[in-house]
Amino acid sequence: MRSVAELEAFVETADPAVQAVQECLRAGEDILIHWLLAHDRDPTMDTKEGFRLLALQRQGSKGDPSFNACRETCRELAYHYNLVTMEPDHKDTQSRLSMAWMLAKHLVLFVGGKLQVAELGEFCCSSKGLRLKSETESELRM
Amino acid sequence: MTILIDKTDRQETSKKQKYKKVAYYPGCALEGSAQPYDKSTRAVGKALGLELVEIKDWNCCGAMEVKNIDPEIQTYLSSRVLSDAQHKSKQDVVMAPCNGCYHNLKKAEYDLENKDKSRAVTEKISKKAGHETYKSGDVETIHALDWIKFGYGEDELKQKIKGGLKGLKVANYYGCMYTRPRHIFPEKDQGGDSESTSKPHYMDDLLAIAGAENVEFPLKTACCGGAHTLSDSDMSTKLVLNILEAAEAAGAEVIATECPTCHSGLEMHQIRALKRLSKDTNVKVVYFTQLLGMAMGLSPRKVGLHANISDSVGFMKQKGIA
Repeated sequence: MRSVAELEAFVETADPAVQAVQECLRAGEDILIHWLLAHDRDPTMDTKEGFRLLALQRQGSKGDPSFNACRETCRELAYHYNLVTMEPDHKDTQSRLSMAWMLAKHLVLFVGGKLQVAELGEFCCSSKGLRLKSETESELRM
Repeated sequence: MTILIDKTDRQETSKKQKYKKVAYYPGCALEGSAQPYDKSTRAVGKALGLELVEIKDWNCCGAMEVKNIDPEIQTYLSSRVLSDAQHKSKQDVVMAPCNGCYHNLKKAEYDLENKDKSRAVTEKISKKAGHETYKSGDVETIHALDWIKFGYGEDELKQKIKGGLKGLKVANYYGCMYTRPRHIFPEKDQGGDSESTSKPHYMDDLLAIAGAENVEFPLKTACCGGAHTLSDSDMSTKLVLNILEAAEAAGAEVIATECPTCHSGLEMHQIRALKRLSKDTNVKVVYFTQLLGMAMGLSPRKVGLHANISDSVGFMKQKGIA
């Protein structure tokens, strides 16, 4: 598995014209695995709807609602993977591949960013205060 | 003779009546950095005959800062806005164009419906502050997209606009707070003409009516790193740059926005990406209300286009839109 730095270098420098869509999918899986390992969790080998990527995202979002901020990105990446692999001769294959690469890039940047600053995505999507580890009491004195 | 009326038709008629006149909650962004969004929202509403009653004495919704210190206080602050809309402005629908405000009012509604603690804190502070305590369900919170789509109606909009944005390729960018987390938006994902949380389409629908060609844009709800624009600017710049490049790769000339945080993030990091990363993107960033307004024949100045950081006046003129 590639390191986070290698993944970031891959999405920054890869030429989408020569990358296989499998590489994009794998980059997405790898960054999710890094995040799970950093949180002392065993990355699942299960698949969801045929994709390990979706199972890993679901595993990551358990207990961390902010992780749902990348749910659609994962689903779109899986969708573009299907488009490219099921219709390899389609006239739009090159642009679909390019989009898959950008989706992988977003995933690597977002989850990589969360590895550096855990709160990335927490402000907007989780509706959960940073100072509250769980649904605990308000600090307001009643 | 029995006339059968479809359930969806009945709901739309009811929304049309309800949304004709609504309480307006601009929030702090629309009074400041997103002033063009405020201007264009008011101009479009006026042109469509929809009435806005600005909430008297409105306050901060709790935004991101308060929520992260104490979410219960954020719930209270949002509840005060809803209470003022109901009791001072005498309205039962609040329209919030800012995704942050919209999100927080929805969250407050959910918390007050489901959490004893939220109800207790809100009641206590409301009493202390000397205003009516807001009770969940008394007011409906909607976004500017709901307001135009249902308050005016899509069929009527078709008649009004007649393809004013013809030839304009648009990527619709909704950002994260419009649909997440799903549980605070119970009206979404209900089939029919309800909004989708995984693939939102209301902005696509409205701009398609205006004649725009919406491109397939898979990053329409991706995080722009908006809240980290100060604490981790480089990360925000990279996230935004990827969104801008993806929009261009999808063939878009314009990114349509409906959130002031996303909008200013896209505009500012577009400039920063050029300065810091030498990455130039040319896609224009425009509020959907500005596009709708121009499609209806309003001048660029009338919808505040000249006040955007992303300069699109010349481009719109070239396209024959402005």
